[in-house]
This record gives sequence, C-alpha cells and structure tokens, in this order.
Amino acid sequence: MESLDEIKARIEDAVPGAKIDIVPNPGPANQPSLLIDNEHAPAIAQFLRDDPALRFDFCSNVTGVDWLDRTVKKTVKVKKLIDGEEKEVTETTEEHFPGYLEAVYHLYSMTHKQGPVIIRMRTADRVAGARLPSLTSIWRSAELQEREIFDLYGIRFEGHPDLRRILMWDEFVDHPMRKDYREPDDYEYEPTPHDDVLEKAKQHYAPRPQLDGAEQITAKL
Amino acid sequence: MSEIDEALRNELQRQGVWVTSMQELYNWGRKNSIWPLQFGLACCAIEMIATAASRYDIARFGGEVFRPSPRQADLMIVAGTVTKKMAPQIVRLYNQMPDPKYVISMGACAISGGPFKQGYNVLKGIDRYIPVDVYIPGCPPRPEALLHAFMELQRKIDSQKLTGASRAEHLDPAEPSEFPVPSFGEHDLEPPANRDVFHPAKIERQS
Ligand code: SF4
Repeated sequence: MESLDEIKARIEDAVPGAKIDIVPNPGPANQPSLLIDNEHAPAIAQFLRDDPALRFDFCSNVTGVDWLDRTVKKTVKVKKLIDGEEKEVTETTEEHFPGYLEAVYHLYSMTHKQGPVIIRMRTADRVAGARLPSLTSIWRSAELQEREIFDLYGIRFEGHPDLRRILMWDEFVDHPMRKDYREPDDYEYEPTPHDDVLEKAKQHYAPRPQLDGAEQITAKL
Repeated sequence: MSEIDEALRNELQRQGVWVTSMQELYNWGRKNSIWPLQFGLACCAIEMIATAASRYDIARFGGEVFRPSPRQADLMIVAGTVTKKMAPQIVRLYNQMPDPKYVISMGACAISGGPFKQGYNVLKGIDRYIPVDVYIPGCPPRPEALLHAFMELQRKIDSQKLTGASRAEHLDPAEPSEFPVPSFGEHDLEPPANRDVFHPAKIERQS
C-alpha cells in the first residue's frame, strides 16, 4: 500500500483545494490518520473509494470522539536580562483549545486486500456547529454507524438519508457518550458502593434520626 | 377442605387407597406444565436455550413448551439485559399474560443491571416494574441453576393455597395482575421504578 504521505499528496492533486493533515498516533498501535476538511470530505472519500490503486471500497467502522475544551499549561525556562544581569526565569504560558467532536472512519480495500486507512473529520465546536457531511452516499455501511454517532455524540450528518436516534429512544434529549454527560441518578439501592458511586449513594441514605435536644441538657450543680 | 394426617394417608396408601385434596391435585397439574414465554434478551438467553435443548432438557420438568405468545404462557423467564428501551415492552408482555403467571429473573442483569449497573441505558433490575418470583444470580447462570430456579418455582406453586386469606395472588381479586407500563422520558424512564412493586432491601448505613 502507498504510504500515508503519498496518499495525501495524490488526494491533493485529485481534489483541488482539499486541506489534509496527517494526525500522528503516538500510542503503541502507531496508526496515523488523515484529517480531512469537511467541505471537500465527500470528494476525498469518493477519490479514496474509486481510485484504481487505492479502492477503499469497505468502510468497516465509523466512530465518534469527544474532545472537551482543554487548557494546556507550558512552563519554559527563558534567559532574560533583568537589571543588566542575565537570569533564568520560568515562564508559564496557557494555551486554550476549544472542544470539538470527531468522526473517525476505518477504510479497507476488498479489491486490493489492503488497509486500514483512517480518516477523521472535526466539527467546528461541540454545540451548534456539531455538523459534518455524511459519507453514507459513498459507503452504504456508514448509515447505521453515523446514526449511532448522532445518537450518542450529537454530530448532525448533513445529507444522511435517515438521521434518527438508533439506540436511545426518540424522546431522549442527551448524548450519553459525551464526556460531560451525567446519567440520571437512580442509584437508590447499591449493595456495595465505593468511590464516586459511594458519593452518589450517600445522597440517598436515610437521614439519621434527629436528636431531640436531650444531649444539650447538662446537670446544674 | 381439611388437611389429611400424613401418617394416616401413608397407611391408606399402603392399603391401596390414594387420598388427595382438590388443592394438591390442582397444583400438581399446574406445576408440571409450566409454559415459558419464548423470548430472550442477551447472553443469558443462550443458557436458557441450552436448558431447553436435549442436554439439560427442561422437558423433564414439564417446561418445554416455549410459547411465542404471551396469551399462552405461564412463566416469563427474563433472561438477560433489560435495556431501558426494552423495559416497557417487557412490562407490556407481562400484562398480556393470563393469570396465574410467574417471573424468573435470570442473571445479574435481570436482577440488578449486572455489569451495566452503572451505565445510562440498562434497567437496574426488572423487579422495578413487575413482581419476581425467583431470582437466579450468575453471569450467566448455568443451565443447572435455571433448572434449580424452575424447581423452586414448582415448589412455590405446590405450596400455594386455593382458598382462605393466604390464597395465591391470582385467586385474590384485590391483587393486581397488570402493572403500569413506564413511558420514555427525556433522561430516564418515567417513573424510574414502580414503588408499589419495588421494595429494595433497606440497609442501615452511616453517612
Ligand atoms: S447476567 Fe451476564 S450473561 Fe446474563 S445477560 Fe447479563 S451480562 Fe449477559
């Protein structure tokens, strides 16, 4: 299979204007992926599927990722001139990254027995801008999985033929796989609570009987 | 209907006279022909299927006629994970079963939510909405455990009274045989439990 850099270069040739980044994966799996821009995503997907050398005709898996707002603190030592003397000062910079949602597609080629190539798309934010183009028209197998991402992460896939909830009921309002989701509190009976479940269960403990004030009576000598 | 002295009955039986009571005969017939409702929910259902197949053979106990309609079933084996999306359907099926009806709650999931207890989507025990006769712990319980539960249920049926103040629930018009079906709320089922049915153990704890 061509390397990811080669694929990236060929996509940029074939789809003018496409913006593609390679996202490295520092984990043991070491599977870097292609971050593609939303506007050209359908064209890029079509190219990956139809190019005779690539032919990624099988989308095996689509999944969502939730990235919360992050603040990264960096501490650097810099040399500065203070009162004419050169001193080493530590400086802390804070960088703020707004949160976003991601859809990740794993592609294989049945024709050439190769893969996977992983592509990602990012939403603008986690609220109103949580929209991505649907790739169901390219890979039919993405239909149910995009519905699942819509249900659990709340990404709206534009152009999806049937975007309804799939696992939760239609009346449900939350997106349970988001990292800031809080499940309903129905832990009133918990035989062996511990850690944060214990904290939750404590709210359901029956209050101890009120003291009747007798403990305040002291003998007057 | 007075109780017969056990010794006298044995003596009579030795002489070739078999004495019984209406209640005994009736319960004997009922307990040896329990038709379960044919449905399974998750991995526990595989064990239930194994129980019904030839190796474990639930037919030895008269429970082999799995009915695909609640109208013909006596026993609901809740075998597996009850998701919140599924729970109203389970209650509805229970309501559609004719009296007398019994429920076996099979496996950790059906008892309490099991491995998914801390999740958002699984009902934490079917006994929140319908009364359960026999609980089987395990994940999954072996077929022998289901057979044991089945025998426990037979023992229960055998001991049920037909008349009097302590008669079986299905013979008491004051006892409900249908329970409200929960509805889908915005965050959870509503109500999250039926307080008339659900009586969790009270644990004294210091906060
Ligand atoms: S109790 Fe265990 S085996 Fe049974 S349904 Fe739940 S997870 Fe599956």
